[in-house]
Amino acid sequence: MTMDWWQFALLGKLDWDSIVFVHALTHPSASEFVAAAAGCAAVLGTLAVMILLTVKDWWRPLWQDWLTSLDHKKIGIMYVVLACVMLARALIEAVLMRLHQSIAVNAPGYLSPEHFSELFSTHGTIMIFFVAMPLLTGIINYVMPLQIGARDVSFALLNAVTLALTSAGAALSMVSLVVGKFSTGGWTGYPPFTELGFSPAEGVDYWIWAVSLSSLGSTLTGLNFAVTLYKRRAPGMHLFRMPLFCWTALCTSTLMIFAMAPLTVATTLLALDRYAGFHFFTGGAGGNLMNYANLFWLFGHPEVYILILPAFGIYSEVFSTYSGKTLYGYTSLVIATMAIAVLSFTVWLHHFFTMGQSADMNAFFGIATMTIGIPTGVKVYDWLFTMVRGRIRFTTPLLFGVAFLVTFLIGGLTGILLANPPVDFSMHNSLFLVAHFHNMLIPGVLFGMFAGIQMWFPKAFGFRLDDGWGRRGFWCWAIGFYMAFMPLYALGLMGAMRRTAEWFRPEYIPFLAVALAGAVIILIGCALFCVQLAVSIRHRQTLRSPIGDPWDGRSLEWSVSSPPPDWNFATLPDVRGRDDFTAQKRAGTAYAEPAQYQDIVMPKNTAAAPLICIAAMLWGFAMVWHIWWLVGASLVIGWAVVIIRSFDECTEKTVSAAEVARVHRAWLAEVARTIATDRLDETTPANLGLARLPK
Amino acid sequence: MTATSHHPGLNLGASDTAAHEAAQEVMFGFWIFLMSDLIIFACLFATYTDLSLHGIATAPGPRAVIDLRSALIETGLLLVSSYTFGQASLALKYNSRPGQMVVWLIVTLALGLGFVGMEMRDFATLVGKGITPQQSGFLSGYFTLLATHGLHVIAAMVWLVVCLTQVAILGLTKAVKLRLMRLALFWHMLDIVWIGIFTFVFLIGAGL
Repeated sequence: MTMDWWQFALLGKLDWDSIVFVHALTHPSASEFVAAAAGCAAVLGTLAVMILLTVKDWWRPLWQDWLTSLDHKKIGIMYVVLACVMLARALIEAVLMRLHQSIAVNAPGYLSPEHFSELFSTHGTIMIFFVAMPLLTGIINYVMPLQIGARDVSFALLNAVTLALTSAGAALSMVSLVVGKFSTGGWTGYPPFTELGFSPAEGVDYWIWAVSLSSLGSTLTGLNFAVTLYKRRAPGMHLFRMPLFCWTALCTSTLMIFAMAPLTVATTLLALDRYAGFHFFTGGAGGNLMNYANLFWLFGHPEVYILILPAFGIYSEVFSTYSGKTLYGYTSLVIATMAIAVLSFTVWLHHFFTMGQSADMNAFFGIATMTIGIPTGVKVYDWLFTMVRGRIRFTTPLLFGVAFLVTFLIGGLTGILLANPPVDFSMHNSLFLVAHFHNMLIPGVLFGMFAGIQMWFPKAFGFRLDDGWGRRGFWCWAIGFYMAFMPLYALGLMGAMRRTAEWFRPEYIPFLAVALAGAVIILIGCALFCVQLAVSIRHRQTLRSPIGDPWDGRSLEWSVSSPPPDWNFATLPDVRGRDDFTAQKRAGTAYAEPAQYQDIVMPKNTAAAPLICIAAMLWGFAMVWHIWWLVGASLVIGWAVVIIRSFDECTEKTVSAAEVARVHRAWLAEVARTIATDRLDETTPANLGLARLPK
Repeated sequence: MTATSHHPGLNLGASDTAAHEAAQEVMFGFWIFLMSDLIIFACLFATYTDLSLHGIATAPGPRAVIDLRSALIETGLLLVSSYTFGQASLALKYNSRPGQMVVWLIVTLALGLGFVGMEMRDFATLVGKGITPQQSGFLSGYFTLLATHGLHVIAAMVWLVVCLTQVAILGLTKAVKLRLMRLALFWHMLDIVWIGIFTFVFLIGAGL
């Protein structure tokens, strides 16, 4: 037994040089120092959080009230926090890339080509799987059960486990900042480049396991949401009485159930190629990369709608709430959402028009792609008509909504251009494409999620976010977006290809400079949201709105206190129609005392999910580094937790009717004491969350 | 309460409507899980189909790999195990004591073990002949599709052992009954997937 044998048995492929700091010292260059600085930021950030938790003595509350909690509201908030942390990283990476590209004209720039490739791979992977997905999952988690009048999602523990799996994947991508390197194969991880022959290092393995853990989590999340929406609706909450956000959540969940599985298959087969020498996607021995492209986009295209539909739902709530009107064309919006969900499975081939299918095949998928423009157009008109003759308040969420309408339309039109195969042949993989999908995803996902966070934040925490700082952040995002991405359309038409580490045409310089400025402004916008959060926390007394209805909302989540009690509703609501809470307020039956209270059964906290998170993360790490004993051990531990938990017969607790009544009556007493405010005063300290109805 | 709130095959007591409603949610969730799991098999079938036509390269093709006799015995074992699990489900529904059900479940477990054993023997025979998944796209697809199904059967058997342990320790509680019902669904689904494998991989493959 040699030393080497022991080292491999214990640590796999890990060695000192894998640590980013050591690597920077042994191979000093500007690129390596940037990598080391990123590693430092990750380590110091973690340390800072740990010190803060220790100084404030927050470890115990963190464990008891958050990590072990099965409350859908807390799990939702944790998803959003995870997404915000990952957003900060991916945004900084974007600025680093823009900086590199803007100085890499007839010059090598400051990043090595490998490091640049790593940056666009992590940026894409993180933005999709660890920013957009957790954001929408978090918001659906928080809002949807409240909107349908449920006490929790159908499978509370599964909900925590899916958060655990997503977090483990995100953690894996963070670990790659410090130990080893991430993939250079882009967020799509196309073979044969990602096969062992071309990418022998650990990077692709980090990508595979980070993505696989997250996709597994998303599949189960979709299952959980769909069952909740079908089985947990309050009495009288017919499907066609649900707020539109719930419809979009239902469509997104359905897409998750069907579309995440092909991704799991694609990454697993790629892993088999890399770990066991199989030939699914290799160039030789009968392997075929087109199978990967098909499997990946069979996931990848529905994924676009998984991301965008919940934002459509949020916009529907935003336009109707801040225009003080019922949503225009509810039924057409539902049908359009469903149509998009179905059509999303018929267009995946447009991601590779240039990869050798017949012209007829391309024509079919091109036409199917353009068809999606129709239901989307219906939606845009519905939102516009919702605003017509409304009593509109231009607060931060509505500003995001309006910016979305304009910007998304531009993105949609460039999409129609790209859907045309002959046009696509000349634009494929150019910066025109990069501009197009950022033009869809930034307004179509991020703006929507920001609007949702601004709107539902007071519901979750009992105080509003400062609107002034929100608007400043909004303007930075909106202006920064146009500056960062409009030049990319032009660059694409001039022939600039995506993922290029060095340019040779000086006429690109002005466009690249404007794009860099735009990226910096977006980063400032992100910083302003942090300022907004800090200012709002500091002024939480003047911003408080404990009654729970700060925007004169229309759906059930506004009918309970802010934050809602653990059990959401003292008695399950009896729903009579669409916009039920508005109807109750008009009829004067809102805030009425129920005839009687009953005991409520709630799930108990459990350590199962955080344990599974640790096991999943260790498993992923061990797979990346070929530490086989740890692969086995973490797998056994993870499943042991599941099995042991299934022997626990005492997983629920009962909240007594008296306790429910006490909490509810205290809140009703506060309602009675509170003076209602007009909508137009909703950003003033007078807004305690009780809306005065307009005459 | 309406008749629909009575979950078919579930024996939670005639008057316990609330329990039946709670059961519906769990069972419905599991059906959805099965759909998603079937998508995984669908993708593997599609990959296999393509590779069995275009991915053979210089390695042995379907005909050289397939042992129809063995596959027929495996099919028999799995089909009979579905029948025995069905008997176990009936025993769960109509008997208040678990004895008969446990016997049927143990028979099912033995049949499952027989199936997995046969499949492993097939793999070992192929590897012994030098036919390994590393040789071609087709063989990668063949081994992966079959092994994915086999791993599912192994997972189901572990689950079955856990359930039998729970029957012994906890007795036939509501939760244990629901787990057995979901396991039954899972087991029957694997049977259906196997029918697909038997048809596509073995019967059609033998004709190629």
